[in-house]
Amino acid sequence: MRFILGFIGAVFAIVLLISMISGISEWVTNPPSPLAAEEFHKHPEPLHLASDGPFGKFDKAQLQRGFQVYSEVCSACHSLSLVSFRDLAGLGYSEAEIKKIASDWKTQVPSINPDTGEAATRKALPSDTFPAPFPNEVAARAANNNALPPDLSLITKAREGGAAYVHSLLTGYQNQPAELLKKFPDAKTPQGLHYNPYFANLNIAMPPPLTANGQVTYADGTPATVDQMSKDVSAFLVWTAEPNLTTRRAAGLAVVIFLLIGTILGYLAYHQLWDEAKRTVRPTGPLDPENQAKSRRAKAKAGVAG
Amino acid sequence: MATKAGSAEVSQTAGPIDGEEGVRRRDFLNVAAVSFAGVGGVVALAPLFVQMSPSADVLALATTEVDISKVQSGQGIKVSWRKQPVFVRNLTPKEIAEANAVPMSALRDPETLAQRTKPGKQNWLITLGVCTHLGCVPLGIGEGENKGPFGGYFCPCHGSEYDTAARIRQGPAPKNLFVPDYEFTSPTTVMIGAKGK
Amino acid sequence: MSFSWAKPYEPKHPLMRWIDERLPLPRVVYGAIGGGYPVPRNLNYWWNFGVLAGIFLTIQIVTGIVLAMHYTASVDGAFNSVNQLIMRDVNAGWLLRYAHMNGASFFFIVTYIHIFRGLFYGSYKAPRELVWMLGLVIYLLMMATAFMGYVLPWGQMSYWGAQVITGFFSAFPVIGEPLRVWLLGGYAPDQAALGRFFSLHYLLPFVIAAVVILHIWALHIPGSGNPTGVDVKDERDTLPFHPFYTAKDGWFAGGVLLLYAIVTYFAPDYLGHPDNYIPANALATPAEIVPEWYFWPFYAILRSFTVDFILPAKLWGVLAMFFSILLLFFLPWIDKSPVRSGSYRPVFKRFFWLLVIDVIILGWAGGGAPTPMRNVISQLAAAYYFLHFLVVLPLVSAFETPLPLPRSITDSVLHGEEAEAAPIGSKPRRGSTATATAE
Repeated sequence: MRFILGFIGAVFAIVLLISMISGISEWVTNPPSPLAAEEFHKHPEPLHLASDGPFGKFDKAQLQRGFQVYSEVCSACHSLSLVSFRDLAGLGYSEAEIKKIASDWKTQVPSINPDTGEAATRKALPSDTFPAPFPNEVAARAANNNALPPDLSLITKAREGGAAYVHSLLTGYQNQPAELLKKFPDAKTPQGLHYNPYFANLNIAMPPPLTANGQVTYADGTPATVDQMSKDVSAFLVWTAEPNLTTRRAAGLAVVIFLLIGTILGYLAYHQLWDEAKRTVRPTGPLDPENQAKSRRAKAKAGVAG
Repeated sequence: MATKAGSAEVSQTAGPIDGEEGVRRRDFLNVAAVSFAGVGGVVALAPLFVQMSPSADVLALATTEVDISKVQSGQGIKVSWRKQPVFVRNLTPKEIAEANAVPMSALRDPETLAQRTKPGKQNWLITLGVCTHLGCVPLGIGEGENKGPFGGYFCPCHGSEYDTAARIRQGPAPKNLFVPDYEFTSPTTVMIGAKGK
Repeated sequence: MSFSWAKPYEPKHPLMRWIDERLPLPRVVYGAIGGGYPVPRNLNYWWNFGVLAGIFLTIQIVTGIVLAMHYTASVDGAFNSVNQLIMRDVNAGWLLRYAHMNGASFFFIVTYIHIFRGLFYGSYKAPRELVWMLGLVIYLLMMATAFMGYVLPWGQMSYWGAQVITGFFSAFPVIGEPLRVWLLGGYAPDQAALGRFFSLHYLLPFVIAAVVILHIWALHIPGSGNPTGVDVKDERDTLPFHPFYTAKDGWFAGGVLLLYAIVTYFAPDYLGHPDNYIPANALATPAEIVPEWYFWPFYAILRSFTVDFILPAKLWGVLAMFFSILLLFFLPWIDKSPVRSGSYRPVFKRFFWLLVIDVIILGWAGGGAPTPMRNVISQLAAAYYFLHFLVVLPLVSAFETPLPLPRSITDSVLHGEEAEAAPIGSKPRRGSTATATAE
């Protein structure tokens, strides 16, 4: 049997080596041509938010500004389908304010006419989730040059880089570098797309959403630069992706401290128990008090202190 | 892993080598370690229990707005509030008079009609449509349904009979039909679940 | 149970006596994980991971049952029931979900350490072959359970994971494609697949728990192995499981739970993939599709076969991947060396560490996009994996000269104290504690 198994192992190894050799020869004879998306793609620039780090907390003023950017700019195309108006309490809005935000929301909630049963809309309530700007995917694509604006509820969790990616993407629109066109003449950004080195394939369907300083007017007087607006909306989207973030960390800190103390106590108790194991579990062992006494007597007899 | 029995056994293994002091320190460590494990275990159960209480989306549906403009005198409607039926009934003057004529002593759960309605809106009787016996939905709100001998509601499950103020008169139910919090947001709309001012 | 000096169960409380006389469950528990189970006294910390795996299985079952109370197994509702209802609205739902997600990873971490412990110390050798094989059955069930659990949130990785993994079966000639369609209940993952995966994901952990009981039962017949690989000879070689190993396992479990808590509370998505926060889309595959980290080594083996050689490359890959686990069942008969512990096998030991590095390389290779460089490394590592078990091990076990073994477990742990305690001038005979007491 060992011979058969050895044979099987050798067969697998040989096929792997054949695969490897053919892979290498393919690589040598026909080296893969570099792609523009590989060379010019940029990783997100670091972004520092109040919610970063194990002890970070949300900056509610910033979240409110970010919510303002979402509602005045992003919400024209992007839904926020997992978030309810009532969740805005986490941003520091009062119940009355939330009610007003909900009923003033530009898109209404689909409902039925109570008399005729026909499709109708009604004003949103705090218990509703944010109504989507488009009734369905087809409508969303039709209005956006066949591109689907993704839902933003979880966007900072669903993209490598999270909030930093969102911020870099929003501020990263630029003209296609001449160098890129020189190297890859075929990689010209197609009509209707926009060059953005932070986007995976470099050409994004979303037109630059934040274009001018002062595009929104912040109630708290913060200057609404494009960078500031991008930062604020990124922070807001960290919150939408995980409203429980600060609760989670606070609970985590308590649990970690508790477990740390418990583990140390457990370790000490364990050590104490085992240090005596050899002496007490086996009363006839060499560390048994009687034997130790004998040892001490022998040492004393031999004139050794101890 | 450590258990209560653990600490007992551990202290037994403590040999006579150390003095009293040592025994006490040893016991302290074992008791502390085992207590930590116990407290940790109990605390870890907490999320398993709290996850069963109503979630935030359920709690958010605490109010229901009802349009009562189309409920004529003598009619009633059944609406849903927190997934429970609510009876909204427009009492006729005769029904109001019947309810007010009942002496308190005849009631199992003494309440006047005025206590069970809003001032000036005595014809609007709004109660939960849940029998206080074992939770069935009584008959009597729909057109042509059995209203029972007292002209209010009749529960078909175990025969509880309610009068025109939805008070229990006969049968096994212990209490009157429950009156939820509600308020008139306009002459023709009622917000059920809203605390009246 | 296994040794004549195992303490019999003596009920301390009349109630326990009453129960024990009618249903000897207290007796069984006492003999299995109480003071009635004598355990070699020289176990090192690598022996703590079996108990830890049991702890994580329990955590997974408890959090899973609770999550199932809120989860909706429908293709329209699954994503939202996890990411909206459980993560936002259910009380402590986020904690339960993160604990379950990361609990799976920790279950695999401790299980892998447990398996490698067994590989190094020869825990698969006689008389513990069945313990080893039952353990492998548990591992296979774990993989099936974990895969199906990953499908449940119905994100992009869930969907494409289901697509790719059921695609393995289509590699088999003739029956392959019908088998795949049968497994999915359709031509692509959809409601039928989600429903059965949820049902089986709920069922299999209980099957695992049952096999765990068999695994422990089989273990208790010969008793636990130990780092020397030498058999227990008498009472002095063992300590009762409780309180000694409950104390050791207890504090160590506290430490591992501490790590688990740090990941769960402070980096809950670290071990996951961002794409699973995108709802499943049957029309677009994610740019980079990888399984969960614990499958990476096998995924690397699967991808390493790129050439049609007699059989199609796809079939080679699938056969090799299945066989890479299957061969472990033959291990007790592949490695014939009578010495169990790797500590006394100088050649084996070197190859063992080579295997550890090899599997880590395979994991790295399986976790990233297949570039030419990565492919070559992955192919070399996969070849070594098979050669290690099927060629190197039989040869090593045939030609290696092991180091001298200690005469007994007690000998290996107690000679130091013995020398220390011995009267001056009398040299205790090395390797014998019996003489010290017999003077």
